[in-house]
Amino acid sequence: MKNKIVTTVLFYLLVLIIALVVLFPFLWMLSSSFKTQVDIISWPPKLFFEPTLQNYRKVFEEQDFLKYFFNSTIVGAMAVGLSLLLGLPAAYSISRYAQKKLAVFILLARLMPGISFLMPWYIIFSRLGLMDSYVALILSHMLIALPIVVWIMSTYFSAIPRELEESAMVDGATRQMAFLKIILPLSGPGIITATTLSFIFSWNNFMFSQVLSMERTKTLPIAVYNFLSYAEVDWGGVMAAAVAIMAPAIVLTMIFQKYVVKGLTMGAVKG
Amino acid sequence: MTQSSFTERNLQILFPLPAVVFIGLLMVFPILYTLYLSFTNWNLTSGMEPSFVGLDSYLRVFSEPRFLHAVGRTFTFTLFAVAIEVVLGVAIALILNRAFFGKSLAKLLLLLPLVATPVAVGIVFNLFYDPTIGLLNFALHALGLPQGRWVSSENSVIASLVLVDVWQWTPMITLIVLAGLAGLSEEPVEAARVDGASEWQILRYVTLPMVMPVVLTAMILRLIDALKTFDIIFAMTGGGPGYASETLNIMGFKYSFEYFRMGQSSVILIALFLVVLLCSLGIMKLRASSEN
Repeated sequence: MKNKIVTTVLFYLLVLIIALVVLFPFLWMLSSSFKTQVDIISWPPKLFFEPTLQNYRKVFEEQDFLKYFFNSTIVGAMAVGLSLLLGLPAAYSISRYAQKKLAVFILLARLMPGISFLMPWYIIFSRLGLMDSYVALILSHMLIALPIVVWIMSTYFSAIPRELEESAMVDGATRQMAFLKIILPLSGPGIITATTLSFIFSWNNFMFSQVLSMERTKTLPIAVYNFLSYAEVDWGGVMAAAVAIMAPAIVLTMIFQKYVVKGLTMGAVKG
Repeated sequence: MTQSSFTERNLQILFPLPAVVFIGLLMVFPILYTLYLSFTNWNLTSGMEPSFVGLDSYLRVFSEPRFLHAVGRTFTFTLFAVAIEVVLGVAIALILNRAFFGKSLAKLLLLLPLVATPVAVGIVFNLFYDPTIGLLNFALHALGLPQGRWVSSENSVIASLVLVDVWQWTPMITLIVLAGLAGLSEEPVEAARVDGASEWQILRYVTLPMVMPVVLTAMILRLIDALKTFDIIFAMTGGGPGYASETLNIMGFKYSFEYFRMGQSSVILIALFLVVLLCSLGIMKLRASSEN
C-alpha cells in the first residue's frame, strides 16, 4: 500500500517535470513580452515585475504586424482551400483504386527538401514578374498543404466502407456524384484534421516566404525574423512578436486537439 | 452493360489529374531544372545565360572543404537530435501510457511545441542562450558551474541547436508511440504476466518489440525533417559562428540567395536531396526487416 503511494507520487512528479520542461519556454516568452527592456536584461533574471504593454504596442503600431497577420492568413487559407480542391478527389481516387505509386509521387513533395524547389522557383517567378506576389506564395504553400491533405484524406477515405457509395451507384448515381453527395459529407472530421494541420504548417513556414515575399506580401515568420535583425537588442518587442505569431496556431490546436493528434500520428501508426 | 459517362469510366485518371499536374509543374519541373543548372556555372548576378560546363560545378563543390564539413555537420546534427528524441520520446511515452488524472491535459501540452513556429522558438532559445542576460548561464552561475557560450562558440553551437530540436520534436515521437501503444492488444502482456515475467521483461521482450514498427516510422519522419532543419539554425546562428553550424540546407540557401551561384548551389541541393532520399530508404529497409 505504502509502496503504491510512493510510486504514484513519483509518477506525478515525473509528469510535472515533463510538463514544466515543455511549458517553460512558452511561459518565459510570454512573461518577457510584458517586461521592459530594463527588466529583461536585469541580472539576476526577474520573476516578478511591473507588466507593460509597450512591446505589443510597438509590434502592432510601429511594425504593422496586422498586415503580416493578414498576409499569413490569406496565404494559408488560399493554399489550404486550393489544396483541398485538388487533393480531395486525388485522395479519393488513391483510396478507391489503390493507386500506391500515385500516393508516393504526391508524398515525395513532403519528403523532399523545400530548398530544392525554392531555388528554381526563385528564378521562374522572377522571370514571370511574380516575386512578392500572393500567387507565388500561395502556389509555394500549396506544395506544403497538398501532400498533407492527400496523406490524411486517402487514409480517411479508405476507412469509409465502399458499400456506401456502391449502393448509391446501384440506385443510379454516378461515382462522382456519390463522392460529392455521400462520401464528402461523411468526411468532416478528416477534412478538419487536414485543414488544421496544413494551415498550421503553412502558417509556420519560413523558408519559402523568406525568399518569395518582400514588403507587400511578407508573412509573419519573416516579420518576426526581420524584427530580430532590425532591433538587435529589443528582446521585449521580439518576444511580443513571437507570442503574436504562436498564439493563433496554439489556439487552433487547443480547439482541434483531437484532430491534430490524429493527423500527426495516423500515418505512422497505420504503417 | 450499364451506360457510364466518360467521366465515370476515367475517374481514376481525372480525379488525381489536377493534383498530378500541379506537383509536376511545381516539383518535378523545378527539380529537372536544378539538375540542368548543376551542369552549368551559372551565376545569377553575372547577367549571362547559363553555359554548359559538364561536371565542373560538381568537382568544385565536392573539393570544397566547406561542403564536406557541411555534410558532416548535417549528419552529426541529425544523428544526435534523432537519437536523443527517439530515446526520450519512447521513454516518456512508456511513462505516460497508463490512465492518470490530467492525461488529456498532458497530451495537449505535448502538442504545443509541435505547432510552435520554429523561427520564433529559435529566437526564444536565443534569449535563454544569451551569454550575459540568458537564463541558462544564470542557472549555471547560481549552481557554481562554469558558464557556457552556447550558440556563440564554435564548440557548443551544434549541441545547443540539437537541444532546441530535441525540445521541439521529442513530443512528436511520444505522441506517435503513445498512439501505437494504445493500438496494441493486451493479450501478449497478460500472457507474459501470467507466466511470471517481471515488468522489465514484459517491457523488453513484449511491449517494445510490438511497438517497434511504430517507433521506426516515427524515426523516419523525424530523420527526414532533421536532415532538412533550416528555420532554427537560420534564425539562431545563420550558420555561424564562422561556418560552425552550417548544414547542407543552410549552405545551399546561401549559395542560392546570397552568392547567387546557381550552378554550384544546384550541386549542393542535389546532394541534400540524395542524402534525404538514401537515409529514408535505408530506414524503410530496416523497418521492413523488423516487421518480419
